[in-house]
Amino acid sequence: MPRTHDVAVVGAGPAGLAAAVEAADAGLDVALVDAAAQPGGQFWRHYDENRARPEDRHGHHGWPAFTALRDRLYALRTAGRIHCLPGRQVWLATRDDGGTFTLRVTPTVPTPGTTGGREPVVARALILCPGGYDRQLPVPGWDLPGVMAAGGVQALLKGQRTLAGRRAVVAGTGPFLLPVATGLARAGAQVAAVVEANATLGWLRDPVGAVSAPGKGVEAAQYAATLARHRIPYRTRTVVRAVLGDGRVEAVRTVKTDREGRPAGPEREIAADLVALGWGFTPSLELPLMLGATTRQDIDGSLVVAVDELQRSSIDGVYVAGEATGVGGAALSVSEGRLSALALAVSLGSLPGGAAEIRRTQARIRRGRRFAHAMHRAYPVPAAWPQWLLDSTVVCRCEEVTYGELRHAVDDLGATDARTLKMLARPGMGWCQGRICGYATAGIAACPSGRRPTADDLRPLSGRTPAVPVPLGELAALAEGGAADRAGGDSRTGEEAVNRDGE
Amino acid sequence: MTAGPAGADLVVVGAGVVGAACAYFASLAGLRVIVVERGAIASGTSSAGEGNLLVSDKEAGPELDLALYSQRTWREDLAEHAGRWEFEAKGGLVVAATEGSLASLRDLNVQQRAAGVEVHDVGHAELPDYEPHVSRDLRGAAYYPQDAQVQPMLAVAHLLRLARDMGARVSTRTEVSGLLRSGDRVTGVRTTTGDIRAGAVLNAAGTWAGEVADLAGVPVPVRPRRGFVLVTEPMPPRTIRHKVYAAEYVGDVASSDAALQTSPVVEGTDSGTILIGASRERVGFDRTVSVPAISTLAAKAVALFPMLRQVRLMRTYHGFRPYCPDHLPVIGPDPRAPGLWHACGHEGAGIGLAAGTGKLIAQGLAGKRPDLDLAPFAPDRFSDPHQGAEEVSP
Repeated sequence: MPRTHDVAVVGAGPAGLAAAVEAADAGLDVALVDAAAQPGGQFWRHYDENRARPEDRHGHHGWPAFTALRDRLYALRTAGRIHCLPGRQVWLATRDDGGTFTLRVTPTVPTPGTTGGREPVVARALILCPGGYDRQLPVPGWDLPGVMAAGGVQALLKGQRTLAGRRAVVAGTGPFLLPVATGLARAGAQVAAVVEANATLGWLRDPVGAVSAPGKGVEAAQYAATLARHRIPYRTRTVVRAVLGDGRVEAVRTVKTDREGRPAGPEREIAADLVALGWGFTPSLELPLMLGATTRQDIDGSLVVAVDELQRSSIDGVYVAGEATGVGGAALSVSEGRLSALALAVSLGSLPGGAAEIRRTQARIRRGRRFAHAMHRAYPVPAAWPQWLLDSTVVCRCEEVTYGELRHAVDDLGATDARTLKMLARPGMGWCQGRICGYATAGIAACPSGRRPTADDLRPLSGRTPAVPVPLGELAALAEGGAADRAGGDSRTGEEAVNRDGE
Repeated sequence: MTAGPAGADLVVVGAGVVGAACAYFASLAGLRVIVVERGAIASGTSSAGEGNLLVSDKEAGPELDLALYSQRTWREDLAEHAGRWEFEAKGGLVVAATEGSLASLRDLNVQQRAAGVEVHDVGHAELPDYEPHVSRDLRGAAYYPQDAQVQPMLAVAHLLRLARDMGARVSTRTEVSGLLRSGDRVTGVRTTTGDIRAGAVLNAAGTWAGEVADLAGVPVPVRPRRGFVLVTEPMPPRTIRHKVYAAEYVGDVASSDAALQTSPVVEGTDSGTILIGASRERVGFDRTVSVPAISTLAAKAVALFPMLRQVRLMRTYHGFRPYCPDHLPVIGPDPRAPGLWHACGHEGAGIGLAAGTGKLIAQGLAGKRPDLDLAPFAPDRFSDPHQGAEEVSP
């Protein structure tokens, strides 16, 4: 029997790190599961810590906050108060009859010949901090080599010190385009343009939003200075409507648009060998949905987990923090992670006097949320984006489903929602299970009726069991006597099962 | 349309595969058809199965007769559209793990042959010729060349499209809230978007057909029987060539036990993924993932095809088979409520039985004598229509 922890924290990004150290400091026995080899998540992704260089902190925001959390984490790990399980992905989360939760994990990078990294994690409560990933929109040519998600470009820079191209165009919407562009420029790439679909810096003019996060104004000014220093053109109300190239990216074609994203101006070609596309972020909801947590649609159109003022989901004992409750950035995620740990500790009676700290953290979260909402209002995905597509544009890259095939399913076969569209034309049925094309598919299903995708459109494309693909042997092992480490290749147990049935 | 309620010869309640097939054949017979569906097309059980057109899993009797009839309907009446729904005559291979189960399988084959099913005996030595990756520990098998498969969502969508081309109307997101009556007679439906008058109303609401029947006050005991399907990563073509399942499956299908039953059913698809079924349990409309169900399915599939142990599971899905206590569908007019017809309760065989059901319903509606005797499927055959209700645990 594995030991039962007070709480298992899933994810070691800003929210998960904060949750784990806060819970352990409050005296709880904590397990911390994370897919990466070292903590930080996507936001604080960094080069191998054992070969760190001082410049690795460049381009990172809140790096001192991260190193402070990391130092606490390592101290608590050494003290035996946090059981760290890096390099593991949770593929199945279940609530057990006794009120505990069991997380089935699989190594992120399986080591051939070994069976380690699969021991289940059992806990009396969960704090889920699964983060998110780049929200993507298809555009003609986006399947050419040299087109990447903005977050992927950033991850290569931060995690591998690798420059994905020499002459880049960074396009999409939102303030995240700026650190990607300045990061590329600082690393030596020429950034030919930042192409922003919305009007610039509108969130700074939003009175509530700007007041909510005064530091953000300074941050923006720094980006503006860096853009100017590197002579990076910043084009607003402009979108990349096609990526051009023969076998790989050679240029992009941009066009001015109106407020809704409809092409409304002259086109322009910009030479590039790297295109970084970013349309905001999609929260990872596999685990909360697997456990049955209630969801809602956030102001940026994403499906998120509904939580109360203590980060509690609709499932008793399951807290959710960070981007999965609404995309809002690292500082907000840290506060939500802390709050969930504080609330859990108080509910277990192990943090007397925690109420004041809870109130302070809640106030920080409210300010952070107001700012996030102002930002989302300033940088919406343009409603008319499906108009940029051609019939030949591939929407689902795994299953190679084109926009024309999707339109056929909508126009001729009666698909009026994303689930029906998926079942009839197969977008989202392939390896990524809709992580990349899910949002786009929902938008295409909704577009003909002139509506925006709703939570009902997004929900069927967001739930996935297992949360990550896993060898059938690992699932079979749960029925073959529970020895998860038997997933190596011994099939005798299974054969006995057949014989038993045959009698 | 003139003022007053919309009108039709037939209102079909439910846009699953059975409703779609009935709408198609009724339109073909010249009826004016309106299909109403509270969700999206094929949003219930039709999109939650594997698309099987099977004769192999049925014992001799009325359901096998209907399956054979429906096979002919899919293959002959609907032949020109077969490519639209990826019809594939892949054949079924039923394998036996022990001498005992092989003997039972051969006994079943004798009955099935007498009823018109084509079956070939497959010995232990010939198994690899049929399935190169199947376990070498199996004792033997029976091969059923008639077993076939369609992509069920495409079948529904295209049957409805063909019906629309003949003048039918399909209204999704339209829920039936009541039936229009004239005395005992059912004269139409009340929906969330208005009343529709009709010469006949067909209850094709699948697992939810009991609710529609209740609106007419004529209980029909259709209950949900949950099943899970596992889907693997894509594999090279013809890794698994047939629908392969264990001989025990036939017994599980016919069983009335409420507890979890799993028998491995493994098959490849056009897209390369491998589908693994079939679990059966009566747990109401519980939509949470059952680890015992999916892990047992995986274990049994791996026992059947040891190479699957390393193949990655990509997703799982589940559905609710519309199940009646005697495992037979409900097809035909309801003498308790003239004007109301039923085509529901096809359990796990709805895709396969849909075409035949649609054709028989259309014959009946047109006042013709149906090609098959519908007496075994009579809506009022249940002595105690509420039996089975207690089986649905929360």
